[in-house]
Amino acid sequence: MLIKNAYILTGTEPMDILIAEGQIRAVGKNLPAGDGPVVDATGLRALPGFVDLHCHLREPGQEYKDDLAHGVASAAVGGFTDIACMPNTQPVADQKTVIAYIKKMSAICPGARVHPVAAASMGLKGEHLTEMITLKNEGAVAFSDDGSPICNAAFMRRALTYAKMTGLAVMNHCEELSLTQGSQMNEGIVSTMMGLKGYPAIAEEMMIARDLQIADYVGGWVHICHVSTAAGVELIRQAKARGVRVTCEATPHHFSLTEEACIGYNTMAKVSPPLRTETDRQAIIRGLADGTIDAIATDHAPHHPDEKSQSFDEAHKGMVGFETAFALAVTELLEPCHIDLARLIELLSHAPRKIIHLPHMAFNPGDPADFTLCDLNVRWVVKPEHFASKAKNTPFGGRELTGRVMATFVGGRQIVENARFIG
Amino acid sequence: MPLTQKNLLGMRGLSREGILAIFMAADENRRLLDTDHKKKDTLKGKTLLNVFYENSTRTRISFELAGKCLGATVVNMTAPSSSVQKGENLVDTAKNLDAMAADVMVIRHHSSGVPHILSRHLKAAVVNAGDGMHEHPTQALLDMYTILKEKGGFDGLRVAILGDIEHSRVARSNLLGLSTMGARVVIAAPATLLPRDIHKMGCEVTCDMKAAVREADVVMTLRIQHERQNVGLFPSVNEYAQQFGLGSELLSYAKPDALVMHPGPINRGVELMSEVADGVQSVILEQVTNGVAIRMGVLELLCGVR
Repeated sequence: MLIKNAYILTGTEPMDILIAEGQIRAVGKNLPAGDGPVVDATGLRALPGFVDLHCHLREPGQEYKDDLAHGVASAAVGGFTDIACMPNTQPVADQKTVIAYIKKMSAICPGARVHPVAAASMGLKGEHLTEMITLKNEGAVAFSDDGSPICNAAFMRRALTYAKMTGLAVMNHCEELSLTQGSQMNEGIVSTMMGLKGYPAIAEEMMIARDLQIADYVGGWVHICHVSTAAGVELIRQAKARGVRVTCEATPHHFSLTEEACIGYNTMAKVSPPLRTETDRQAIIRGLADGTIDAIATDHAPHHPDEKSQSFDEAHKGMVGFETAFALAVTELLEPCHIDLARLIELLSHAPRKIIHLPHMAFNPGDPADFTLCDLNVRWVVKPEHFASKAKNTPFGGRELTGRVMATFVGGRQIVENARFIG
Repeated sequence: MPLTQKNLLGMRGLSREGILAIFMAADENRRLLDTDHKKKDTLKGKTLLNVFYENSTRTRISFELAGKCLGATVVNMTAPSSSVQKGENLVDTAKNLDAMAADVMVIRHHSSGVPHILSRHLKAAVVNAGDGMHEHPTQALLDMYTILKEKGGFDGLRVAILGDIEHSRVARSNLLGLSTMGARVVIAAPATLLPRDIHKMGCEVTCDMKAAVREADVVMTLRIQHERQNVGLFPSVNEYAQQFGLGSELLSYAKPDALVMHPGPINRGVELMSEVADGVQSVILEQVTNGVAIRMGVLELLCGVR
């Protein structure tokens, strides 16, 4: 296959990309097409496939929300060629049969490759370690109890210590539950005005601080999931400076929206951790720009429409994110010049790739043919009803964004064409 | 003067003119309630649905009486607290209720925002009869109307609101409405019952009851729910009553002609001592009567018959 006339990475001259057997063969001007198909990429930019460190695919067990087939298709539409899914399925991904099931069932679905994150504790209960070495051998790329935080400090210490032998990160959803019981949104003037129970920023920050101390003490690798507060970013910045082994991610919704998105009791904006203040949003953006935050991760969380058509306190937390992530990064980060294109590529691809040990992809001969063709300038309106995901729970419906993934290739196979899933 | 909105969801967004329009309508209805023939037919042929997802006696009866005095067909419905348990989502519930062709739907729900969410799917006008910890606009209107009748205006009035502010929709609605009308509001509560950033809503905030009550024209106490003590938000009913309850000694810090108000039902001897509740400064029962008049006015205005 030959891709004609694409700008490659941050390049300024159109080039052709020759692909064969799932790999990049050559990049250059006027490459011969041969017998294979030719894709005209004039005006588009070829970027390495995005990697999502944090999503929920709901299979096995909650297929009424979404399933692997729709999940990997939705990811591909968003430009993701590799996604790491969280273990809070039913049954929990705490043993190798579940990891094997997810790997096997997702492999036959056209779309992004799925890399399961295994549970850190059996049943996500925070008591007994999972068989981390066995799980890694089965294909797990990290350990997490996401959906629940790892509350017990002694267990976190054990998990970080044992996981060192695997070379994989322990990813924690940081939330001090005693401070967030019954909480609905960020705690502050908006929650007070709306009469909703608040989730204070300190509930997240104190567990981040704890995890950084434990990781430092045992020399383990902690990955902080979806950091959402200014002080949380600052804690991580300081820990990195003193050499703690920590990586972290931020979501597109936390760098795009604030708590005010909840006004009017918009259940689509209900998420955990909650949307925070403008000060926090700005701090997330600075963290993304200065390298404190390693990666953009979606926390893609499909829900059934009934689970959002409820009162605010009964509505489920979470929003889908695959199909808006890139456009939000362009609109909120690149266009306002908070980051440059090289940093965007780092955040969406290079850095998360390293965190889950995927091969580097920079369009060199022999690199996997996992890439996207993006239009950085096109403006489009988000229409949830057109999502490839079964779930439509997004607060971005109707919003005009800049930048769109027009085509996605996974292992040299085209999965997305004209921004549509073609399978 | 007509009301320019379809629903009454809260005191937020209700203008000074809107509040005055409701007071004018209430005046006429209050006069009607003071006669022997408490009936007119301005809402004849209209259907009023009282949908209460949370227990209530006085608010429901107040709305029911208001509707019946105006000649409307009134139906009361008490729903189980969670429609999810029945497998029906909230929007479905709204659409089903709407299909019954009600003109006005009075909604009370234990979750903040439910009347707002439902109103987006309803053709009927929606009156919020109390949603979670958010708003209770007709209570604020009847409180303010009572103040107006006793004090003649709001400008420069100092109104102290005492009690469980965090969980109180009455406090939020009164704070918003009184601020709109030019009164100065001071909020006072044990520190654990003050919501985060409440001072940003434009009121004075203190934990010192005497400071709050000092020179007040109105002292409004709120019901303290015993379940708040069960989860440890204050140490004991005894300490609450002694340190935060309104008795004659605390009331003596207010202006001599200060009004004592309470939205009911009262925990006597806890947030309000009997000597004050039944004293000459108390307008608590006047609040209840004015409640019917205010609700009649609101219903008429929302039905466009004024």
